[in-house]
Amino acid sequence: MIQVSEKCVGCGKCVSTCPFGALSLVNKKAVPNASCTMCGACVSACPVKALSLPAAGAAKKDLSAYKGVWVFIEILDDGKTQKVRPVGFELLTKGRELADQLGQELCAVVIGQGIVKFLAEISSYGADKIYAVNGPAYREYNTAAYTHAMSTLIQKYNPAAVLFPSTFIGRDLAPRLAAELFAGLTADCTNLSVADGLVISTRPAFGGNILADIKCPDFRPQMATVRPNVFKKSVTRPGQMAKIISEPIGVPAEAGKVRILSKHFDEVTELEKLDEAEIVIAGGRGMKDAAGFAVLDELATELGGAVGASRAAIDMGLQPKEKQIGQSGVTIAAKLYIAAGISGAVQHTVGVEHSDVIIGINKDANAPIFNICKYGFVGDARTILPKVVDGIKKAKGK
Amino acid sequence: MNIIVCIKQVPDTAQVQIDPKTGNLIRAGVPSILNPYDHYALEKALAIKSRTGAKITVLSMGPSQAVAVLRLALALGADEGVLLSDRAFAGSDTWATAYALATAVKKIGQYDLILCGQMAIDGDTAQTGPEMAYHLGISQLTFCESVDSDGQRLMAKKLMEGGHQIIEADLPILATMTMPANYQPKYPSFLAAHQAQDKPISIWTAADIGADLHKVGLEGSPTRVSRIFPPAGREKGEMISGSTEEMAAKFVEILKKESFIK
Repeated sequence: MIQVSEKCVGCGKCVSTCPFGALSLVNKKAVPNASCTMCGACVSACPVKALSLPAAGAAKKDLSAYKGVWVFIEILDDGKTQKVRPVGFELLTKGRELADQLGQELCAVVIGQGIVKFLAEISSYGADKIYAVNGPAYREYNTAAYTHAMSTLIQKYNPAAVLFPSTFIGRDLAPRLAAELFAGLTADCTNLSVADGLVISTRPAFGGNILADIKCPDFRPQMATVRPNVFKKSVTRPGQMAKIISEPIGVPAEAGKVRILSKHFDEVTELEKLDEAEIVIAGGRGMKDAAGFAVLDELATELGGAVGASRAAIDMGLQPKEKQIGQSGVTIAAKLYIAAGISGAVQHTVGVEHSDVIIGINKDANAPIFNICKYGFVGDARTILPKVVDGIKKAKGK
Repeated sequence: MNIIVCIKQVPDTAQVQIDPKTGNLIRAGVPSILNPYDHYALEKALAIKSRTGAKITVLSMGPSQAVAVLRLALALGADEGVLLSDRAFAGSDTWATAYALATAVKKIGQYDLILCGQMAIDGDTAQTGPEMAYHLGISQLTFCESVDSDGQRLMAKKLMEGGHQIIEADLPILATMTMPANYQPKYPSFLAAHQAQDKPISIWTAADIGADLHKVGLEGSPTRVSRIFPPAGREKGEMISGSTEEMAAKFVEILKKESFIK
């Protein structure tokens, strides 16, 4: 349980900060109860520094030997063509910033077959070095093979931080590696920054309505996964080539225990690709039913956009799960995002806030969605949007 | 065949409200439920049991009241429950949680298949399953929509970006389950719940499983929360109200101004 020192003045700040309702004031002193999970949220909230977590007793490693920010680059293979998944470039761009602030190198790790053709493009996003593990055995992602390769590289070169895309592959690989390396891993970060030589990972916490800064002071490497579209990509070193370090690493026998029998790609039109769409229209609980979403479909047709939904609407069965927009679904960075009948839980807003223009429509003028909107309409999307569709048709001269 | 299903008691986040003044969660009165991903994983295990006669052990870690989700799982058809409960586990992040659960699995001993929900809805990390698989030294398959086993191999439909894969894997293996859209958890009848009263639940401490105390709780957790804060939000934009017609006209005007109508 959290420790309360003599310094406690009974101000109660910690009581209202605690996400678990585990603190109360007894005789003007903060007292934790059994619900305390030692999350540490109250420690930073206390104005007189009266609260602390029990000191870690583990012998500390020499952390000064760990240097460099690494990014795991995922190769996308849809059965026809291979390309670098763009989130890799987004992470390199952010990683460049972190590496500069730490005064360390930025390194990319690429594992696959025929990866040489990607190295120039990867370099242009700011990598100083690229560790390349190339070979037919790496053509297809395999947990055992890729974990072995990454763990071999990390234990050889000791990076300070390793960033992974929060994709099906990244989310399979990163935790298994973290377990092996006894390293801290923060999932689905919405921001990364540097403070006191540490990488600070920000993510929604405790059910997704509040943000938490997470750090790993005593363990290395510091690891994080990040959803696509959270950071903007930017070519910072056009025409420059990173130093390429080829690492021949064998594949362990365990890799054969899991066999892919077949791969099936969903047929989606370009317009339906939420993560790449320039215009995204999403409906929430306020759209109420299928008729509500039919209006969104019409609007999407007129504007040339894709339709998604909030977690609440998905839970109501109004849209299939793959249409979920937000931190726990698809994260977007659209040119135009229209949130119709969505209240705007943090879980949702962090997944859409990197869009350029956000328009919200909600009956409740105090809905949190309006905090991220350029334009906020206070009203019922179910009645406003059909008239908007008519208006667009008219404007287009139909 | 022996199956272990890992389950967690979570607050029903769909019902958590935010205090508009402080931005904090109002947890008082929010009911606890069996994490829906785990509920689905358990149903998949029960389907395998119905065909193969497998024995299902449900494993959870949490405070003593988490026994409720084990009781629910037993009423649904699991055979035995194990609850890891000890103050020593408090403050565990996913690393320490996975270590504790894996250590308990080793004490349970016999297993061919471990099923977990892909993630818990109160944390959304999806890390504990793969971390457990490492600690046990077994293969893993994450984000499976369906699994089946004949006791020799596992067949699975696993999600990938833009589609899915059909996988065949050797046992033992740990698989994490995602839920299909519109998944509605099944609940036991009153009679089944009553009959499950006599099924055994063991409560184990850190000492019972022989856990290394440097690897559980706060000490075994590499991550630390350094602060929590409400999202900053952007500069408040233009707010528009009025009649439906007025707002619709304004909406179209904005779309033109921002060049979204060409």
